[in-house]
Parts: sequence; structure tokens; C-alpha cells
Amino acid sequence: MSMTGEEIQRLLDVVRDTQAVEIDCDVCLMQVGEFAEVRLAGKPIAEGLKAIEQHLLICPECREEFEALCQAMNSIEKTES
Amino acid sequence: MVRDRDNDEWIKSLEAKGPIRESALADLREILSASLKSSLKSRSDYVDNMLDDFLQDSLIRILKALDQFQNRSRFVTWATSIAIRVAMTELRKRRWRDVSLEKLVADTNFDPVAEADDNMVPERRQLIEAMYRVINTQLTDKQRTVLLAEIKGMAQEEIAGQLGCSRNALYKLSHDARFRLKQELVKIGFDSQSFAVAFNG
Ligand SMILES: [Zn+2]
Repeated sequence: MSMTGEEIQRLLDVVRDTQAVEIDCDVCLMQVGEFAEVRLAGKPIAEGLKAIEQHLLICPECREEFEALCQAMNSIEKTES
Repeated sequence: MVRDRDNDEWIKSLEAKGPIRESALADLREILSASLKSSLKSRSDYVDNMLDDFLQDSLIRILKALDQFQNRSRFVTWATSIAIRVAMTELRKRRWRDVSLEKLVADTNFDPVAEADDNMVPERRQLIEAMYRVINTQLTDKQRTVLLAEIKGMAQEEIAGQLGCSRNALYKLSHDARFRLKQELVKIGFDSQSFAVAFNG
């Protein structure tokens, strides 16, 4: 069985976005909350958070968790306001 | 009703003893419960009776990691990100635990001929062919396995478990594979420009 078109696209995506120096999932977890707050506030991504942004591009699991976090923050905000 | 606390008060209360800590834990549990429910409700693999276990494991993990909180976000946001990690890791584990890594890899090949598609723009076809060539000739068996399993969406925890390595070691393997692949493609003339052309095709 060969890879599906979607899988090939995903492979091209991660290869394109790969960097020489990257953070891992544990480092991402400790800072993704700050990243989510900055993103939801519509502020520009500071230099110190660029590694998180890059990790979310290449790591589907952390990306899935980041999206879930944003969803949770949005719905909590809605109930608070 | 959950009492609002600033970051300092959260940390101090959770590090305290007795009723102050109990009350903070109860409030945090309530907040995480609402967050997890709202972020998991749309998933077909989540059922409500999992929630108590997720919350229990999350609180343990959060308390253990308190000294790693850097005060760069709201405490509650940080705690929620950990709870989501705990819940999703468990859901992925359940989804992938019966899948054999060996079989997944054996069933898939990186065969450029199989991808032949007459409608594909030449730049994209060249890039895919070159990428497969590098995968087949420049990567180790382990790197190839990890790359393929990740692209197939297999849970990292499960890949690491079946390979008998840590999550960190797995990340290093995956990074080495991706970086090697990128370097080799750049070496034979592919740059960000050619990626862009191939992507649009
Ligand atoms: Zn990750």
C-alpha cells in the first residue's frame, strides 16, 4: 500500500517546516498557554514564542491540544462575559 | 461558585496545607472540568465517564509541575493545557493500543511509481520522487519507521512504547529524519521556492 495524497502532503509540510533547532513536546506544553493567550488577544508573536509556533506546525499532537485549549478558553470566556 | 484568584494566590494556595489547599483544589477541579468538557465534547472517542479519571490524573500532574509554572500566562490557562495533554494522551493511547507499528510500516511503502498521477505538476512530482529516494536511501530503518508512523497519525506515546524508547528519544529520531530529509532535498537543489511551486500544484 502506498501513502495517500493527504499523507504525502503532510510529509511535504513537515519537511518544509523543519528547523535545525527545535523544541520538544514537553517544552511546548510549558509555554503553549502563553502562546494561546497572545494569539487569542490578537497580539503579534514575540521572538521568544516563535519556537512554539514552529513546533505547532510540525507536531500534530501539540497542535490538536493547542486547538482544544483555544476552544476551551473561548467557551470559558463566553460564559464569564 | 469558583473563587477568582491571581497566579500568586493559586500557587500559594495549592502549596498550602489544610482547608486553603482543599478549597483551591476543588475550584481548580471545577474549572478544569468545564474546560475539558468543552474541548472534548465534539470527539467521538470521548465519553463522559472518562472525565473523573482525566481530572484526577490532571490534578496530580499539575501539582507535580507547579515549580515549572513560569508565570507567563494565567495559571488557569497553564493548568488547562496540562489537563488537555493528559486527556488527549489517554484518548490517543486507547485509539492506537491495538495497532502494530511493525505491521503499519510493513503495509506501507515509499514507492514513487505508485504515486504517478498524470495531472500532477512536474515540480511537485520531482519533489515527491526526490523525497522518496532520500527516504529509501539516506534514512535508517528506525528513522523511516518513525517518520511513516507519525505521518499515519499514530500516537507518539504508542510509537515510543512499541520501539522501547522514551518520548524524548522518539522526538530526536523524528527530528533527525525530517532534518536529514530537508538537508538532502536542499542539497539536490530544492529550496523554499520549489516547495512553494510544488505545494500550489
Ligand atoms: Zn509536540
